[in-house]
Amino acid sequence: MRHLLSTADLSRDDALRVLDVSEDMADVATRQVKKLPTLRGTTVVNLFYEDSTRTRISFEAAAKRLSADVINFAAKGSSVSKGESLKDTAQTLAAMGADGIVIRHPSSGAPRVLADSGWVEAGIVNAGDGTHEHPTQALLDAFTMRRRVHGAASRGRDLDGLEVMIVGDILHSRVARSNAWLLRTLGARVTVVAPPTLLPVDLSRLGVAVRYDLDDAIREVRPDVVMMLRIQQERMNEAFFPNAREYAGSWGLGAARFASLPPETIVMHPGPMNRGLEISDEAADSPRSTVRDQVANGVAVRMAVLYLTLAGDREDSL
Amino acid sequence: MSTRTVLSQADITRALTRIAHEILESNRGPDGLVVLGVPTRGVVLADRLGASLSSISGVPVPVGAVDVTMYRDDLRRNPTRASQPTSLPAGGIDGATVVLVDDVLYSGRTVRAALDALSSLGRPRAVRLAVLVDRGHRELPIRADFVGKNLPTSTAERIFVRLAEVDGDELVAIEGGAGDDGRPAAAPETGGAPS
Repeated sequence: MRHLLSTADLSRDDALRVLDVSEDMADVATRQVKKLPTLRGTTVVNLFYEDSTRTRISFEAAAKRLSADVINFAAKGSSVSKGESLKDTAQTLAAMGADGIVIRHPSSGAPRVLADSGWVEAGIVNAGDGTHEHPTQALLDAFTMRRRVHGAASRGRDLDGLEVMIVGDILHSRVARSNAWLLRTLGARVTVVAPPTLLPVDLSRLGVAVRYDLDDAIREVRPDVVMMLRIQQERMNEAFFPNAREYAGSWGLGAARFASLPPETIVMHPGPMNRGLEISDEAADSPRSTVRDQVANGVAVRMAVLYLTLAGDREDSL
Repeated sequence: MSTRTVLSQADITRALTRIAHEILESNRGPDGLVVLGVPTRGVVLADRLGASLSSISGVPVPVGAVDVTMYRDDLRRNPTRASQPTSLPAGGIDGATVVLVDDVLYSGRTVRAALDALSSLGRPRAVRLAVLVDRGHRELPIRADFVGKNLPTSTAERIFVRLAEVDGDELVAIEGGAGDDGRPAAAPETGGAPS
């Protein structure tokens, strides 16, 4: 794996390889010495054009556990605000010896440009691009589901037959997109539930079922996993739905709706949560919530991705 | 390329039984022993060695696996490989006498990596090394304490270890060697691939 740009072009074998290596990386966190020498002498740059404390810290922790040197580059207050282009920034970082670039960018496709343009030799990991993809989030979500379903016997298994329901702002969500592609590759069935205003015009490429009424969907699909997406505050002013109370009532996971879920259903959220809007305290704090597992698993999955993209002979890798 | 079998299934079984007796002799019994295999075939051998040690001594000897992938010094020279599970017995390895088990001892680099891996898993009282085949050509100051068979080889030759649990059939074979093909001895000494 030379880069990780998208889950759409990840084969089932590649995806399982990432998840299986993630199992071993997760074990490292249980040891006396929570560090591996694997990427010693390798420099990883976190190139973040958008604010994201969680994802950046998760990548930073992952790289440090693999003994890589980490440079954090936040575009705000940097040469980028003076008008430097992505190309120049990337080449500057490459000249400083970056072996891997973890990039978050508001423009969909920016990581792909960096990987395909030939500007830099470094391995590129997409940490979220525009409204396009967030592949490591999807991988950690799949890893979390697999561990909840298969437990210690997860290795080598996929998510065959799992019913996953993704609820909320599908239109702007790169998490939903990456998840839809990856989960399908792994054999899960995906249903998206959202107000029509928060669905993309063309859903055919996602290969998911579409529902508008969450209560009906829960009753009829009986999901194994409910993934609540964050409503971004800036969307509130753009008239995608009348107001927060109405959104919470119709598409939020309130206490009563949480109680109506099948007893084994797990509740996921990529964070940060808007409590009282898309998710209630009862759902978020229940033992069936995987919110904190997702954070812990995020480090393990990102370790696996950095290992698989950066550790080997980069001439030979695919 | 000629291939000749150097150990049959019966030879392998006999060698492991002898190693088990040697381990018990040098350790003065089974106390504090933990047997850890290096994936893939070392884990199979460790399981068998552990069973043998337990049945000879009458005391269960804990067995586990220690993956060395993340500790290798040749990661950058090869395409990335997937890691394998590391599993320690419930008691861990602190204060134990760990017997590392691998199929073929060659450059010694895998063992070096395994020693590094062990040091981040705990602090054993002592570490011993048991291998099915020692083919020579060490690149590091490492030697085995228990050897199934010493096989002097040229670097142009390749050693195949096939075990029933992994490969279906079981033998140790040596391939090539009629003429040195000039390839450097860069092959890692473990894994399903020939060594």
